Amino acid sequence: MTANHQQAKGMGFIIGASSVGTLIEWYDFYIFGMLATIISKQFFPEEAGASALLSTLAIFAAGFIVRPFGALVFGRLGDLVGRKYTFLLTLVLMGGSTFAIGLVPGYASIGWAAPVLVLLLRLLQGLALGGEYGGAATYVAEHAPPHRRGYWTSWIQTTATLGLFLALGIILLIRQGQGVTRFTAEWGGWRYPFWLSAVLVLVSVLIRMRMQESPMFARVKAAGMGAVNPLKESFGRRANFKMVLLALFGAVMGQGVIWYTGQFYAQSFIENVCKVNFVDSRNIILVAILLATPFFIFFGALSDRVGRKWIMLAGMLLGVIAYRPIYRNFIQLTDPAGKRLTVDASGTKGLPGVAAMDVRDKTKLVVTAVVDTAYTDGAVFRTTRTDTIGLAVPFTGQTGRLGYLLPRKDVPGMDTAVVQLKALPGVELRDGITYVAAIGQSHRPGILMEKSLSRGDFWRMVWLVFIQVIFVTMVYGPMAAFLVELFPTKIRYTSMSLPYHIGNGVFGGLVPFLGTLIVELTKTKDNPAGDPLAGLWYPIGVAGLCLIIGVVYLRNATRQQQID
Amino acid sequence: MNVIKRYLGVIWMLLAPLLVAFMCWQAVVKITHAPAAAQSNVILQWVIILLIFIPICTGLFIFGYYAVKGEYGDGR
Repeated sequence: MTANHQQAKGMGFIIGASSVGTLIEWYDFYIFGMLATIISKQFFPEEAGASALLSTLAIFAAGFIVRPFGALVFGRLGDLVGRKYTFLLTLVLMGGSTFAIGLVPGYASIGWAAPVLVLLLRLLQGLALGGEYGGAATYVAEHAPPHRRGYWTSWIQTTATLGLFLALGIILLIRQGQGVTRFTAEWGGWRYPFWLSAVLVLVSVLIRMRMQESPMFARVKAAGMGAVNPLKESFGRRANFKMVLLALFGAVMGQGVIWYTGQFYAQSFIENVCKVNFVDSRNIILVAILLATPFFIFFGALSDRVGRKWIMLAGMLLGVIAYRPIYRNFIQLTDPAGKRLTVDASGTKGLPGVAAMDVRDKTKLVVTAVVDTAYTDGAVFRTTRTDTIGLAVPFTGQTGRLGYLLPRKDVPGMDTAVVQLKALPGVELRDGITYVAAIGQSHRPGILMEKSLSRGDFWRMVWLVFIQVIFVTMVYGPMAAFLVELFPTKIRYTSMSLPYHIGNGVFGGLVPFLGTLIVELTKTKDNPAGDPLAGLWYPIGVAGLCLIIGVVYLRNATRQQQID
Repeated sequence: MNVIKRYLGVIWMLLAPLLVAFMCWQAVVKITHAPAAAQSNVILQWVIILLIFIPICTGLFIFGYYAVKGEYGDGR
C-alpha cells in the first residue's frame, strides 16, 4: 500500500467522521424549520398574544441570534481545549435537544410549559449548530495537505445541503406513509424525524470518539503557544479583527443569501407564490439538490487550482444576474393564463361542493366548491373556492342535499347549485334536495389554488432550482478552505465561526422573512398582490454589495497556501 | 487599487448609518400600521431585527474605517 493511498484512506475516515456529524446537525436544525407550521399548532395556542411572542422567539432566536453566540462559546472552547472534544459536545447537545423536542407534549396537554420547553430546546439547537460547523471545517482543514484543502473541506460543505435533503426526504416519506391526519396529530408522525435524530447522533458519536485531535492544534498546544483568551485575540486585535470583518462583508454575507435563496426561498416561492402542491414542491428541491451536490466537491477541488476568490464571486455574480429571470420563469410555468389554450375539457371537472351552515346564523351558508382544471400536458390545477351565501330565510330543513339559487349569474356553476350539507349536530342527512332562495354572496370569496405539474414543467422547475443550487455550490464549495486560510491555528475556530454564522444565520436566515416583507411593501390598492419578484431585491442587494467588497478587497488565495 | 480601497471605505462608513436609519424608519412604519392584535409581535420582530443589524452596521462602519486607514492595502 503506498503512502498516498494510506493518507487518502486516513483522510477518508476524517472526512466521513466529521461530515456525518455535521450532516446530522444540519438535519436536526432543518426539521424544526420544515415542521414549523405543525409545531406552532401543537405547542402554541391558536389565539394571538403571548403565545405569538413565544412562537416568534422560538423561530427567530435560534436561527438569527443564538448561532453566532454558539460560535463564540464553542469556538472559544475549541481553541482552548481542542477541536475533537468540542465538536463532540456540540453533536451530543444538538442530538439531545432535537430528541427532546420530539418528546415534549403539546399545548393541549401541558399548557404553557410546552412552548417554553420548545423554545429552550430550540435555543440549545442553535447554540450547538453555532459551534459545530467551524469545528468540523477547521478539523478537516488542519488534516488536509495544502494543495488539496479545498477538495477535502468541500466534503464538509456538502453536509448543509445534504442535511436539508435528508430532512426533506424523511418528512416527505413519513407524511406520505401516514397520511396528513395521522402525521399532524399530537403524537403523530411529525415527531418521528426528531426521534430518529437520537439514533443518528449515537452512531456519529461512536465514530467521532475514535478520532484524534487535529495535528496542528496538538502541535500549537504542545509548544505552549495556544490562545489564552481566544475571544480577545480574535476580536480585540486589529490585525485579526479586520480579517473577521473582511470575511463577513467580502464573502460570507453574500454566500449566506445565495445559499438560502437557492434552496429555502425557492421552495417557499414555488409553494406559496406559484401554488405548486406540497409533494411536487418538495420533490423539485430534492431532485435539484441531489443532482447539484457533486458540484460542491468539483468547485472545492477547482479552488485548489485557481484560487477560492473568483469561484465564490462568480457564484454571487451569477445569482445577482439570474435570480429575477429564474423566478419570473417559475411564475410563467405555473400561470393558468399561459395555459388557457391547452385546457383539457374532458378531464376538467367540478367536485361535489360542500356547505356548512353557520350554527348561530341559519341565514348563512359557507360553501366550498372544488374544480380540477386539467391540461393536455397532464397538469391539473385545483381551485378551491370558499364563499359565504346569504339565504332569504333561515334554513331549518334537515335534508342532506341543499340547493340554492343565486341572483348573480356571472359566476359559472354557482348560479344554481346543489351541495352536500355537512353533518351538523341535530341534523340528520337524508337523500332529497331542498331549494332555498339566496340573496347574495360574499364579494371576495376565498380562492385557494393547488397545482400538480405536468412532467415537463416539473423538470423545467427542477432545472431552474438546479441552476440556483449550482450558484450555491460555487460560493459555498470553497468557503471552508477560504475561511480556514484567513486565520491562525490558535484562534481559528473562534475567528471563522463568528463571521460564518452571522453571514449564514443572519443574512441568509432572514432571506424568507425580509423577502416577504419587501413584497408586502409593494402592495397597493391598485395592485393588492404586489410584485412577487420584489423580495429578490434583498438577496440581490446583499450579494451585489458583497461582490463589490470581495472583488476590491479579497486576495485570491493560491494553491498550496500554508496555514500556521 | 489601494486608492480605490480607501475611497470605497468612505462609502461603507456612510452606508452603515444610512442602513440603520432606513431600518429604524421601516420599524416605525410597520409598528404603526400593524393591527392591534399583532402589534406586540411586530414590535418584537423589529426589536430583534434592529438588535441584530445595528451591531452588523457598526461592523460595516469599522470595516470602512479600516479601509480608509489602508488596513486592506496590498502592502499589509
